[in-house]
Amino acid sequence: MPQRNDPYSTAPQDAHERERLENVHPGGWRNPQPAVRYSLAVVGAGTAGLVAAHAAAALGAKVTLIERDLLGGDCLNVGCVPSKTLIRTSHLYADMRNAEQYVAQTPANIRVDFPAVMQRMRGIRARISRADSVRRLIAAGVDVFFGQACFTGTDALTVDGAKLRFKKALIATGARPDTPSIPGLVEAGYLTNENVFDLTELPRRLLVIGGGPLGCELAQAFCRFGAQTIITQNWPLFLPKEERDAAQLLSDAFARDGIEVRLNTRAVNVRVEGGQKLVDLVSDDYKSTVAVDAILTGTGRVPNVEGMNLDAAGVDFDTTTGIRVDDFLQTSNRRIYAAGDACLEHKFTHTADASARIVVQNALFLGRQRLSALTIPWCTYTDPAIAHVGIYVRQARAQDIPVKTFTIPMHDVDRAIADGEEAGFVKIHVRERTDRILGATIVARHAGEMINEITLALVAGIGLRTLARVIHAYPTQAEAIKKAADAYNRTRLTPTIQSMLRRWLAW
Amino acid sequence: MNSEQSMNEQTLDQLQRAAFGYFLQAVNPANGLIADTSREHSPASIGVVGFALSAYPVAVERGWMARADAADRALATLRFFHDSDQSGSPEATGYKGFYYHFLDMHTGARVWRSELSMIDSALLIAGALTAGRYFTANSADEIQLRELVDVLYRRVDWSWAQHGGATINHGWKPESGFFHYCWDGYSEAIVLYVLALGSPTHPIEGDCYQAWTATYQWENLYGYDFLYAGPLFVHQFSHAWIDFRGIRDRFMREKRCDYFENSRRATEVQREYARRNPHGFAGYDENCWGLTACDGPRNQMPELAHERRRLFGYAARGVPYGPDDGTLGGWAALASLPSLPFAPEVALCAARNMLQRYPEILSAQQYTSSFNPTLTSADRGPWVSTGHFGLDQGIVVMMIENYRTQLIWRLMRDCPYVGTGLRRAGFRGGWL
Repeated sequence: MPQRNDPYSTAPQDAHERERLENVHPGGWRNPQPAVRYSLAVVGAGTAGLVAAHAAAALGAKVTLIERDLLGGDCLNVGCVPSKTLIRTSHLYADMRNAEQYVAQTPANIRVDFPAVMQRMRGIRARISRADSVRRLIAAGVDVFFGQACFTGTDALTVDGAKLRFKKALIATGARPDTPSIPGLVEAGYLTNENVFDLTELPRRLLVIGGGPLGCELAQAFCRFGAQTIITQNWPLFLPKEERDAAQLLSDAFARDGIEVRLNTRAVNVRVEGGQKLVDLVSDDYKSTVAVDAILTGTGRVPNVEGMNLDAAGVDFDTTTGIRVDDFLQTSNRRIYAAGDACLEHKFTHTADASARIVVQNALFLGRQRLSALTIPWCTYTDPAIAHVGIYVRQARAQDIPVKTFTIPMHDVDRAIADGEEAGFVKIHVRERTDRILGATIVARHAGEMINEITLALVAGIGLRTLARVIHAYPTQAEAIKKAADAYNRTRLTPTIQSMLRRWLAW
Repeated sequence: MNSEQSMNEQTLDQLQRAAFGYFLQAVNPANGLIADTSREHSPASIGVVGFALSAYPVAVERGWMARADAADRALATLRFFHDSDQSGSPEATGYKGFYYHFLDMHTGARVWRSELSMIDSALLIAGALTAGRYFTANSADEIQLRELVDVLYRRVDWSWAQHGGATINHGWKPESGFFHYCWDGYSEAIVLYVLALGSPTHPIEGDCYQAWTATYQWENLYGYDFLYAGPLFVHQFSHAWIDFRGIRDRFMREKRCDYFENSRRATEVQREYARRNPHGFAGYDENCWGLTACDGPRNQMPELAHERRRLFGYAARGVPYGPDDGTLGGWAALASLPSLPFAPEVALCAARNMLQRYPEILSAQQYTSSFNPTLTSADRGPWVSTGHFGLDQGIVVMMIENYRTQLIWRLMRDCPYVGTGLRRAGFRGGWL
């Protein structure tokens, strides 16, 4: 299996880093003596692996968890946790510069102490790593092995010379950044989520290649820290899976932040000259070259499926789409399941968590829980953030489902006006002429918090009529959801009903 | 008719005639090409030529131009395109029956490395078909005119423009081939799809239109149910040629609406947005609106009520998500006129109100592309776009005419290619 260039962070080995490593891969660790047979062997200790190991152990199963690198996986070490920590600081800098909007004084001489920002990130990451620590796993009764897992048959694997037999196994090996095949990129050096959080110095000029969630989030954060940032995207809009309006609002926000947006643009060549990276860009027939100090790529993720001898285990896989699973997350070997980024299209921490819980039920308790039954929200934590749950209008229309969207711009929401956070909207898609919610997209500064209400409604089968009866604390930005429900109720007032009401009230 | 309406009728006539005047001023009589804008060194825009070809019948009917002169002008235009270089080379005029977006006014060769534009070619062809339906005399000139129209339409290889995709591609360049994006989402492209479906020679696949409408979004916004698109021109350009009253495709049948009514609702949504005026721009209210494709005051960054907003140049401004930099197309209200048959005063009041408050938006009695009341200087009033843009003049001429006599709609209703295209797109009912 491909290894990261540096298995451990090259960030300053301060007290925070020492604490984190002590939690997620202690120095001098010695693997335990294997049990005769495990009820569940979990390969990979990212979110999916940790959730499954803790859940199975809590239910009384004999569990082993094998990790080749760091407990906590991408989310804790090089993903959600460090990126959201940086984003929070970058928000504050944006607010400081934007203070006059609130008639507050813009602080004089706003200076970004980037090393301190990264130190704060390391401190928070270390603190959160306690929850994923090896000590907690041991306390839960889990046998933790560090090393590369390698299947030797359909019910056994080896790690660090030890043979582990299992009744059931879970492969939760996650994914890694996909490297775009741009000539000269590797030689020039580039950043991905796996090493960008090790930076100790802010690049003066940054090129972000790829307009997906990671690229968008970090482009905005680094721009707000003061890096001259260019973002290229090989499509007319960012986040191509999202609604056009969402992507358009994001483009506008980027432009306000001062990011140089290059849509419909491909990076085709990289070279180093005079200590700077020169990147050739092509947009249709227009060619240009930009000079930057660092390049960050965010062009997708590929599953970690190599190096485990999956063939010996009888597990089918594809290097692009990952481990092949059915709707019950079972692989081609009925003893072995998969969860998280190694097998799922939606590569999110919360999806990894939910899929791991399905596996514990299905593998150990004859469960028949289905992946397709999950309702999965997601959010890109830009400013404004872009959150979605359920299906998109184009998906509904492709399935011939009549769909109607109730739209509330945030500039119609009192709290958003008061907060000066009017960029965005709530769009709730319903089956036409019913109140049944099919999906929703929210663009708002706190869209990630707001989408949870729609997710709850979807899971519980709550329609817009009921949502209209839910009293929302006033003033909150989530009131936009209530307003959408109220808009639905108003469409129920057909001319006939309105006429009847008028007659009733005149009586 | 009360005095206020009477004034409007007279003003409308003046505005319409002045707008048509652009096509007389900005033309190269030798080849019929019309400049994109009145600015110095402006190239020709093929879309603007389409508007001009549609405007000549209006000018004849209104007595602004002799029929023979108008036919001559149209004929010169059609001859030029018929004889133009269709090799697709970087300096040619077109390829596969389509044309480059911008052409040299004199030679007709491609300029600005512009793209072979599918939508602008469709506007040009729509204009040619309009002229073909109007100039129906048996004179040699008008017979030749009609023959040329037919040749131009039949040689457009619409199916090539699909480039194997589900929908029609935006454009093509000799240096880099097709763009990598297509006409998705509701836009001004209905006329493109209808013409592409109606072709007896190179029609697009039947399910191409369905693939396009599959990207539509039907939204309830500000209390109005409508097929959403932000910029106002999207709700006007195809409607300048096609009479959408009472005819419905499958999407509109399901929504119990039609594209004509949809444009009325889109206009109401514009008014609601302007009334809310979320960014606090000067001037905006229910009688001052028009967020549409228009010129703008790029590269200025004023402080606006403690909010820094970016200003745009030529851009498709729209509601409710922008881009909105306080710039309005003053002409857009009049372009809404025909879609408000039961409440024309909505558009007339807005047009009158904007002209009274900001008389600078007219120069030489023609609408400028746009104005921005927020960017006001004491000596010059609001920022106003320099010169005139051909597209704006064309839509004003056509939509005022459709409001007054429905001339363009009537001509195109009788165009068999349009009827075929509409039926193949699934339109039924009404005049079809």
